[in-house]
Amino acid sequence: MIDCFARLRPVAFIVLILTIWHFAIHYQKVHLLPTPLAVAGGVVELAQHGLLVKYVVASLFRVTWGFAGAAILAIPFGLALGWHRRSGMALNPLIQIFRPISPLAWIPISILWFGVGDVSAIFLIFLASFLPLTVTAMNAVASVSPVHINAARNFGLSQSQLVSRVLYPAVAPQLIVGLRITLGVAWLVVVAAEMIAVNSGLGFLIVDSRNAGNRYDLVVAGMVLIGVIGWLLDLGTRSLEKVKSLRWGYSED
Amino acid sequence: MGSIIADSTVLKSVVPETVSRKKVLKTKLHAEGISMVFNSDGNRVAVLEAIDLKVGEGEFVCVLGPSGCGKSTLLNIIAGFISPTCGQVRIDGDAVRGPDPRRIFVFQERGVFPWLTVEGNIGFGLFKLSKAERRERIAHYVKLVGLQGFEKAYPQELSGGMKQRLEVARALAVNPDVLFMDEPFGALDSITRLTMRGELLRIWRAERKTIVFVTHDIEESIQLADRVVVMSARPARIQRIVNIDISHPRDISSRRYLELRDGIFEQIGLAHKV
Amino acid sequence: MNSLVQPAKWEKYFWPLLAACTFLMLWHFLVKWSHTKIFPSPFNVERGMTELMHKGLLWQYVLDSLRRVASGYLMAAVLAIPLGLLLGWYPGAASVVDPVIQMVRPISPIAWIPLSIVWFGVGDRAATFLIFLASFFPIVVASTNGVRNVPSMYRRAGRNFGLSPVKLIARVIFPAALPQIMIGLRIAFGIAWLVVVAAEMIAVDSGLGYLVIDSRNSGKRYDLVVAAMILIGLTGLGLDVVFRRIEKLKSVRWGFQNES
Repeated sequence: MIDCFARLRPVAFIVLILTIWHFAIHYQKVHLLPTPLAVAGGVVELAQHGLLVKYVVASLFRVTWGFAGAAILAIPFGLALGWHRRSGMALNPLIQIFRPISPLAWIPISILWFGVGDVSAIFLIFLASFLPLTVTAMNAVASVSPVHINAARNFGLSQSQLVSRVLYPAVAPQLIVGLRITLGVAWLVVVAAEMIAVNSGLGFLIVDSRNAGNRYDLVVAGMVLIGVIGWLLDLGTRSLEKVKSLRWGYSED
Repeated sequence: MGSIIADSTVLKSVVPETVSRKKVLKTKLHAEGISMVFNSDGNRVAVLEAIDLKVGEGEFVCVLGPSGCGKSTLLNIIAGFISPTCGQVRIDGDAVRGPDPRRIFVFQERGVFPWLTVEGNIGFGLFKLSKAERRERIAHYVKLVGLQGFEKAYPQELSGGMKQRLEVARALAVNPDVLFMDEPFGALDSITRLTMRGELLRIWRAERKTIVFVTHDIEESIQLADRVVVMSARPARIQRIVNIDISHPRDISSRRYLELRDGIFEQIGLAHKV
Repeated sequence: MNSLVQPAKWEKYFWPLLAACTFLMLWHFLVKWSHTKIFPSPFNVERGMTELMHKGLLWQYVLDSLRRVASGYLMAAVLAIPLGLLLGWYPGAASVVDPVIQMVRPISPIAWIPLSIVWFGVGDRAATFLIFLASFFPIVVASTNGVRNVPSMYRRAGRNFGLSPVKLIARVIFPAALPQIMIGLRIAFGIAWLVVVAAEMIAVDSGLGYLVIDSRNSGKRYDLVVAAMILIGLTGLGLDVVFRRIEKLKSVRWGFQNES
């Protein structure tokens, strides 16, 4: 019974916030910002026009391509940099200088190279994911226990066997956490990229709804959708961490 | 007077055995003039000085010394993980240039691979065998170390003692000539340690490997070894090599045992009253 | 990870310099070789930066961006740390609030721009709000986790010595959680730095983000665009180093076993 109540509490909290929100808007003279009901209505409207699925898919599509592309390149790259200490030493300062540059600061160059459109957006997401994943991979290699490396050498493994049979499994838990966090970053960036550089997707929805008619109900609807999908993406990647052969990396040791 | 006669009768039955065993032993491992100096940021730290050690085939040798004296470093050098500043190690006449599956190192803790099951760990070094042979070997060593029923378990589900047994099984599975053990029971509680020592001796008698075992525990060294190499503090030198001429199973309350133990206490400079 | 070979001291400087020079040369030759008329070479960028310096704009824009980050970030820290501590202390409260945090967090601060313009108008306050949003959640989460990870034996020891709850939090929990909170503060600042650039590209008329957009829009000055990008990178890096130095202070450092 107590368990039931415990599960209901967050829901009650959300209902409380929605109620406060509703009445905060309701008692204003000019209704610029939407009430929760208006937002729900907005979502329904989008679904009816077929835009809901279209925009969500567009955003997911861009994130997938940009993020996957970055992961496929950055992880081996970062692992190599972590493994060969001198290469890591050489490139680390450059990486540290590029990392704080917001992907959005790359927009002019991205438009210069790729024009306005999907490729630009995917490029920005690629940029947003590449360096963080590289750094994650480098750090993961550094945290591999030397005992494991030495044990593998002891058993006569060649360099390539060492990498595939010891290094990759050893870094997997940390990589997965890094992938989850970077996916979150990529999701933030896709929205921003769409607000500036393309004509579809959830980010575009927000900008367009405001510009073409002050439809703030759709603006907030877009925000809610962004939040929910981002949350689902996070949950999805967290479930990877529960796989048995990875769980060792997350236990208290 | 009577006790001396009794002693010599005991010795008579023991000495021929050890002497004849020694005659048969050929030198498996020879560490010549090993010195190790570490350079860290301009500071030279001398860890080992002029270590000369011979280990016979099938012998169980303990290297005993206080923590931090360099005995682990010595073991790492002999195993080929570190190059000594001076000196050389020869095993079967060949110079040691790096780690080799014929001489497996057993670590103190966290040596097993946490992403592999018990079976996966034991089979780790067996990649050159056929599938059937591998399965057979794994089954044999699971049984030998007493981990039946846990084949599909992951290390995080095992206790400390079981993890160490797993590591020993993994080491033995590739049939090495020599085992290097670096305080393998150090992370275990003292009751488990006693059990594990018995297990190790049982396995040693069954498989007859050469074992070089590093420890800081005086009792452990006398219970296990044929010979105990007593090291001084840093920079470590061999203070003395003590022959443990008691046959197995060793009675840890016997007079000879206590004599040897007190001898080593004195050597290290410890009083035996707390 | 060859444990047998330690790189020499001089190599710490040699390899990065080599990589940087190679990078610059590659950049230079790619520009020359592709005969581009628009994309700047390293020299163009350097000249652009000196131009900005002479006009006095370089430091002004850097300081403008820093100013905006500072106000939004500090406000977030002041509110987020206590909230995080509370949530960490009362797990019940955390389980109630957590779903809301998890759903609001993935909404990019940039997506809040239309709302923030409605509330604050175009200008500094909107930008500050965005930075506040961006910094708030990471700091809350880090503080909560920091408190949760304080070993219960510290709590018990504190109570054993008769500390009241307030004193317990101030003298035991907060210092114990501090290393993790510091990491959260550093990461949040990194995020704030990314967001300020984005916010400036949209909502204000000074600062490094503005410089990026404006240099392109008014005259396709890509040399200034790249110069601005490099300044963003260097400033962000400098601030990150400052944070890491603070983390290394002895009174904070005790909590670190592994450098990250």
